Amino acid sequence: MAELLFDGPDWDFDTLRRTTEAIEQIAREDLGLDVYPNQIEIISTEQMLDAYSATGMPLMYRHWSFGKQFIHHERLYSKGAQGLAYEIVINSDPCICYCLEENTMPMQALVIAHAAFGHNHFFKSNHLFRQWTDARGILDYLDYARNFLSQCEERHGPARVEHTLDAAHALMNASVFRHRRPAQPSLRAEAERAERRIEEDERAAHYLWSRIEAEHRPQDHETGATQRRHALGLPEENLIYFLERHSPVLEPWQRQVLRIVRNLAQYFYPQRQTQVMNEGCACFVHFHILNKLHEQGRIGDGAMLEILHSHSSVLFQPGYDHPGYSGINPYALGFAMMRDVQRICETPEAEDREWFPAIAGCGDWRGVLKDAWANYRDESFIQQFLSPKVMRDLRLFALRDAEKEEAMKVTAIHDAGGYHALRDTLARSYDLSNRAPDIEVVDADLAGDRVLRLRHVLRNEVPLDPRERDATLACLRELWGYEVEIDEMVG
Amino acid sequence: MTHFIDRRLNPKGRSTPNRRRFIGRIKAHVREAVDASVRKRGITDMEAGTDVSVPRDSLSEPSFRHAAKGGTREGVLPGNREYRAGDEIARPPAGGGGAGRKGAPDGEGEDDFVFALSRDEFLDIFFEDLELPDLVKRALAGSAVQRPRRAGLSVTGSPANLNVGRTMRRAMGRRIALRRPSDAVLEELRERLFALEAVFEPDAAQRAEIIRLQAEIEALTAHRKRVPYLDPLDLRYSHFEPQPEPRAQAVMFCLMDVSASMGAREKDLAKRFFVLLHLFLTRRYETVDLVFIRHTHLASEVDEETFFHSRESGGTMVSTALAEMNRVQSERYPASEWNIYAAQASDGDNYQGDSRDCQIWLESELLKICQHFAYVEIIGEAEARILRDAARGTELWMAYREVAERWPNFAMRRVAGAGDIYPVFRDLFAKRGEVAHG
Repeated sequence: MAELLFDGPDWDFDTLRRTTEAIEQIAREDLGLDVYPNQIEIISTEQMLDAYSATGMPLMYRHWSFGKQFIHHERLYSKGAQGLAYEIVINSDPCICYCLEENTMPMQALVIAHAAFGHNHFFKSNHLFRQWTDARGILDYLDYARNFLSQCEERHGPARVEHTLDAAHALMNASVFRHRRPAQPSLRAEAERAERRIEEDERAAHYLWSRIEAEHRPQDHETGATQRRHALGLPEENLIYFLERHSPVLEPWQRQVLRIVRNLAQYFYPQRQTQVMNEGCACFVHFHILNKLHEQGRIGDGAMLEILHSHSSVLFQPGYDHPGYSGINPYALGFAMMRDVQRICETPEAEDREWFPAIAGCGDWRGVLKDAWANYRDESFIQQFLSPKVMRDLRLFALRDAEKEEAMKVTAIHDAGGYHALRDTLARSYDLSNRAPDIEVVDADLAGDRVLRLRHVLRNEVPLDPRERDATLACLRELWGYEVEIDEMVG
Repeated sequence: MTHFIDRRLNPKGRSTPNRRRFIGRIKAHVREAVDASVRKRGITDMEAGTDVSVPRDSLSEPSFRHAAKGGTREGVLPGNREYRAGDEIARPPAGGGGAGRKGAPDGEGEDDFVFALSRDEFLDIFFEDLELPDLVKRALAGSAVQRPRRAGLSVTGSPANLNVGRTMRRAMGRRIALRRPSDAVLEELRERLFALEAVFEPDAAQRAEIIRLQAEIEALTAHRKRVPYLDPLDLRYSHFEPQPEPRAQAVMFCLMDVSASMGAREKDLAKRFFVLLHLFLTRRYETVDLVFIRHTHLASEVDEETFFHSRESGGTMVSTALAEMNRVQSERYPASEWNIYAAQASDGDNYQGDSRDCQIWLESELLKICQHFAYVEIIGEAEARILRDAARGTELWMAYREVAERWPNFAMRRVAGAGDIYPVFRDLFAKRGEVAHG
């Protein structure tokens, strides 16, 4: 039997280091995970509350809404209505992982396996994070953003900066590129380009030409609405991006503030699309690693019981009629699906062979899961890997609530006739484009009335919340400087 | 590869700037709460935080989002027991689907955002109305004054605190104890050696003597090296410990006219005036006693609650209050043991002829023993525009003006709003020396 890594609830840095090494060995050699270097930081509860209030980021610019968050969490925490997270992990390189000092040693082991290896691997390998976020640069960028904003406050007054930030935050969720990532020239590159353009224009100016009769000049008043929209790059799904480029009233520093907010929105966008997978991956990894350590006799029975206790309370999925129900628990769903993939690879049944011919019985669950972690997001992962067994275990059923119908209707349950419909419905409900309203800029006549026209494409006739809509439009007007209108279109 | 960092000792208060911005944003509500608690609280417990409740609407962070109702929604729920495909379920009455959220257990409405204002934040907002100079604010908001006091010696410290006398004494003691050869002994041996070496063709005895001397000098030098003149062991530093400045005791007399002409607004202003003086006194004195004397045509000592909240009817005789103050003072607060401060608020009305008595009371008795006597005449906003000229006013005002000219410890002021209160204390605050301007 190998020696125990730790004994009892107390931890010190030596124990942490030893345990992390053991965990890392299994993570790399057994699971074959590929992770960023870890930076594990031990913090106090107050610092954890601090981190909560700044969306978990170690650095953040200053804004009243973070203060509000802090006060909110602090109050809940001090009343005992809410516990604190055991850890917060940041998608950065090196991967920063905050662990609470109050955790016992078994909890620290759990947290390190979960965050520093599970989440970390997911951040490093998932295609969405690789494509849309810049783990190496995010901390520097936040540092820059914070300094830039505090300089702005000095120069232009805190009130104006706050105003701009308020308006930008209102548009944050409607300001991500969903399908493309346009080139992001740096400010300097852009300034250089603008300068070159001016030089070109100067060089191309021929004073003789301007003396020539107007008839001979090419006709340019034919620039119609289509051409105008084309020039503005419309339609545009990223509201802040459009304002940043084309708003007639913003000052350069305000455009830069918008850009910062937009970049952060984009940074968080992959996280919103991969909640189930991210948590599932982390839970699967900690479960596998800690069980392995227990098998090897390096974690004692008592510690393992404590680990399993918190493991199962995190993964608890209350039923829809349970008082504690608040939607499907992403931890539970993700973990159940990934464990089931493992089962299908190792000991498939007839049903599994029919549903998953490609992986059933292949034995290489490590490869299958790593491929899934790298190449899917919640919606496609559920579409691809949700097995009838998981649906049965969780006793899932689909419910339709249509305004036109008298009552809500159960459209599918976990039976042979319902598996496909159920899976489709669940996958769709994780599709962000379904959950967030689809709003884009369709027109703005800068030479004419300067009204900014937006279009909301209704999906399933779900309207916008009218109060929120009006308040957000007021923010938009602030940034655009002129009237803003929104149409609804049935999509 | 994994790197551990202990962040627990990092500076705290990372979110303070955000909190400040947040409070700035809801200033109106915070001020309301502060005003309410100034009215509600006693003068002595002004220094505590307070709970502020803000309607959630004023803190909304809007965004485009789907309405809770309307359209067709389809979702998946866990925990099915009895449903089959095609079953119909009546909508729950709330219409939101699922169990509605229950109210918070402690009865706070969900519509309100409640948070606690700290003591410093509370005082900040309280001072804001009073238009105090920043230095005064700092002096009032700071805690007890601490002065470093000598507290013996220590073996560590900064070079500036090196206690040379003690250090040298210890060094000398050590040198004696360890028999460090003194310069004089060594010098004498060297001279002898030098003299011998100067001898031309020394005899055998002299040669032996030279060798002996050389050996002795060498041994002594080596000894001196082992026992240095000043060793780190000898260093002694003067040690200072911060100690709260010893403070004496003070009594503060609050005098107020409570006849019918003093309404809620006047009393509220008067209260702020008393609070300010009290805050000032608690900074300077260890114990501050409060005496409340109200008067109509009769004066009596009362408790704070009665002082601010009950009404009396009757005429107005200001001198009765001064007489009462004199009585209380001579019975309980001998001037040799107490620092005496008085603050008087009134609307300026007085019984005809009584103002002369007031003047006599002040000049013959009270001002001789008072550190400071502040008088505010609370007037309406409209009156404030008419009564610009300090040289005109009621009989009481005119009488007090004469007193003010003769006594530097008497200050008076007309007050129409909270911002006018501070100047009456200007001299008082300036006296401390660290407050240069008013």
